[in-house]
Amino acid sequence: MGTTVEPGAATPGPKTNRIGLTVIDYKGGKTTLCAGCGHNAISERIIEAMFEMGVEPEFVIKPSGIGCSSKTPAYFLTRSHSFNAVHGRMPSVATGALLANRKLICIGVSGDGDTASIGIGQFVHLMRRNLPIIYIIEDNGVYGLTKGQFSATADLGSKLKTGVVNDLPPIDTCALAIQLGATLVGRSFSGDKRQLSAMLKAAIAHKGTVMLDVVSPCVTFNDHEGSTKSYKYVKEHEETLQDVSFVPHFEEIDVEYDPGSTIQVTMHDGSRLHLRKLEEDYDPTNKIRALTRLTEAHEKGEVLTGVFYVNPEAPNFIDMLNVVDQPLATLPDSVTRPPKEVLDACMEELR
Amino acid sequence: MATSDVVPRESAGGMNKQRIVNDMSIQVATVNGSGSQSSNTVLLRSIFQMGVPVSGKNMFPSNIAGLPTWYTIRANKNGYIGRKKEIDFLVAMNPETATEDTMSLAPGASVLYDEPLALHKLRNDLIFYSVPYDKIVAPVCPEAKLRKLVKNMVYVGVVASLLTIDMAEVEKAIRKQFAKKAKAANLNLAAAQAGFDYAKANLEKRGVFYIERMDKTTGKIIIDGNSAAALGCMFAGCTVVTWYPITPSSSLVETMIEYMKEYRIGPDGKATFAIVQAEDELAAIGMVIGAGWAGARSMTATAGPGISLMSEFAGLAYYVEVPGVIWDIQRVGPSTGLPTRTSQGDILSTAVLSHGDTKNIMLIPCSVEECFSMATDAFNLAEQFQTLVFVMSDLDLGMNNWMADPFHYPTTPIKRGKVLGKEDLDRLGGFARYKDVDGDGVGYRTLPGTQHPAAAYFARGSGHNEKAQYSERADDFENNMERLNRKFETARSFVPRPEITKGKDAKIGIIGYGTSHWGITESRDQLRAEYGIETDYLRLRAYPFTREVHEFVEQHEHVYLVEQNRDAQMLSLLKLDLKPELMPRLRSIAHITGLPLDARSITDELTSMEGK
Repeated sequence: MGTTVEPGAATPGPKTNRIGLTVIDYKGGKTTLCAGCGHNAISERIIEAMFEMGVEPEFVIKPSGIGCSSKTPAYFLTRSHSFNAVHGRMPSVATGALLANRKLICIGVSGDGDTASIGIGQFVHLMRRNLPIIYIIEDNGVYGLTKGQFSATADLGSKLKTGVVNDLPPIDTCALAIQLGATLVGRSFSGDKRQLSAMLKAAIAHKGTVMLDVVSPCVTFNDHEGSTKSYKYVKEHEETLQDVSFVPHFEEIDVEYDPGSTIQVTMHDGSRLHLRKLEEDYDPTNKIRALTRLTEAHEKGEVLTGVFYVNPEAPNFIDMLNVVDQPLATLPDSVTRPPKEVLDACMEELR
Repeated sequence: MATSDVVPRESAGGMNKQRIVNDMSIQVATVNGSGSQSSNTVLLRSIFQMGVPVSGKNMFPSNIAGLPTWYTIRANKNGYIGRKKEIDFLVAMNPETATEDTMSLAPGASVLYDEPLALHKLRNDLIFYSVPYDKIVAPVCPEAKLRKLVKNMVYVGVVASLLTIDMAEVEKAIRKQFAKKAKAANLNLAAAQAGFDYAKANLEKRGVFYIERMDKTTGKIIIDGNSAAALGCMFAGCTVVTWYPITPSSSLVETMIEYMKEYRIGPDGKATFAIVQAEDELAAIGMVIGAGWAGARSMTATAGPGISLMSEFAGLAYYVEVPGVIWDIQRVGPSTGLPTRTSQGDILSTAVLSHGDTKNIMLIPCSVEECFSMATDAFNLAEQFQTLVFVMSDLDLGMNNWMADPFHYPTTPIKRGKVLGKEDLDRLGGFARYKDVDGDGVGYRTLPGTQHPAAAYFARGSGHNEKAQYSERADDFENNMERLNRKFETARSFVPRPEITKGKDAKIGIIGYGTSHWGITESRDQLRAEYGIETDYLRLRAYPFTREVHEFVEQHEHVYLVEQNRDAQMLSLLKLDLKPELMPRLRSIAHITGLPLDARSITDELTSMEGK
């Protein structure tokens, strides 16, 4: 099953992926978010990426926090377990689940408030651990469910509908993630179908913490003149570091890339991430360069997108714990309850 | 040492010349960080090895080094191992507190002090023994920097001599204490021997207290409650531990790490567990819940401040119905309170921890044996009822050394509760996560990773219907909350039942729980012996209350609920449960000083309320 596309039969049935599922098998419930919300586009890209990568939906978990973004796991992958947890604390729930079952593929969905305000504590510690998780921030700079207050990713000088101007600097979640130890970090835009898809597929192939900040305009509370997270503003100010494309390990097609203009990253599973340079000297394996470039972007008022940092080799948290290969959750009693001789030995020591 | 050559001195006023054998409390006053813990353990073990029931209680400051610490050893032939209020023999090693320690003694008590302290000038109704520690320690410990530590072992030898503790037992205890360090063992042994020899040659025994061999500790072990809990959790099949260090719970997980590394490594050298130190208690419980949801037997250990932080997540676990075990090693609150002192102050808040109508199962161990056995109960109940189970230990139980019978290998199987696997789903076609199929309020769950297209459900802390779908409907909400209540009612008949001890035709009942047990047991004997008051005693072992508790209150004219907090927390919980006409029977004996509750305080308060 080399590719996801079946060559032109006369009456084509629904396309199936490498494990024989159709895209319908990756769908979720009907969205209840506002029409035009960037989050819905992200859900669509997740569905496509999971389908195209041939991920078994039963092995996916979708933890989330609280907020508009955190509702979205209901709108994709119905066949996967979801856990809509408490505000800002999805990372710990996700961590626990992965400790219990290392075979799970975890896609955590959070928002800018859920991550950078109430959740900053758990966020930074998650980044430190390089837990194998795809952490997506659906970033619109405001709280939607409480009707449009600023979050901590709102840019300096950004204006609310009410005219209130944000006079505090934003937290750059990508810069934090890079500094603290996440091993695949990038920013995308909910409206950039191609880039976001490639980045999500790379995320699925990566075994470590993926942190994707996806700017996702809030059509109701933050899409007006003066906002720096509106569709218009992002389109006008987006600076793209690379042209991102992804070749999964199970695809035969090989394209020649010019090493001078393209950086090729081989992922853990053999998939390849191709980054065709749009900025001559950018090296996504160099943390210092990445942080410098992100700082520059803030100074210039750019919405910088692309893969900022990648390191497919770093050990992940579950490996570092040296746990058995089987999920801890379902180990048999014979393994988890030591025999009587062990208790006898312990008692003898205490006499 | 023969005891016949000892003649009590006449001059110390008000002294009882009778020999008092195997019934005393010894207090060692030192400075924390001075290495006295080893000396005290040796002293405790020496008495234990002579067959005398013994307990040790460490009263230590929330500090690394340099502040006063008191260690109290109680030896009692009748097996009373609760705290005794009066100190019979003081080892005054701390210049800072020596005066106050000496002044607070009852007449007739003995004081062993470092010569330069000259405590004998303070009072003339005590027995004083002066020891020049520095002079004794110098020849046995050539290394000057070690002397401060070794000095403490000198008093062990002196006490052994004065209380007729066999030096052979002291040696055995030192060898055990320093089992992996032969050099340290020899050095400490020399120090103890020097102290013993000095006392023998220079001190005339004038006190009335003696340790003599008996046979009440044969086969027993000495362990602290946190270590017992750690062992219990290992044998309960725990697979995920996430924690944040907090006194007095840290040693539970630290000991567990040691045990698990030794006994829970598979043949491939890989761990059958994961232990993760989280960034705070919020994350610790979040991980417990994530792991429990995904099917692990997960736990954390904490204390009051951690419990407060876990409040929001506790409600999530209650409402989403996720298993997990939380050990609360209670210390004194409110706020930071007294981090190194004991209490039963988290009972009420934990029972209803979190906002909305939340109710939590609590198990309450009173002994190290129960710390061990209740671990299996806690994990089984958590998975049976798909909820958090809080094990309410305390600092006295968790961090102090207790004598106990060796633990029994668990006979209770590991029960994983209602979990549907692939085959079940093949047969059923699907399931509704929160449907009360069996009428016990407990639904069936699936674990992530179950390879069936209908296995997934949406766990959410927001309102949901039987199928775990988002719902704001009044009937869905009400039905779900009623079912959760039904589940809690079912739990009443599955939690550990209380232990009831009857007196002779008693009209007075005592209800207690946790470590208050030890004071209560002794107090009941005092009440009988000194006042002729017979009592029945019910020891609670869990919340929700079982039917025996209601019956017990019905059977008695007065029921005293003894506990270690200010606001009579368990009494308040019981009032929520009891028939209104029974409430006037309840009386509260609630004590909190930070020290373990002693028998005398209970006896005094009960008799005063009884008008005696």
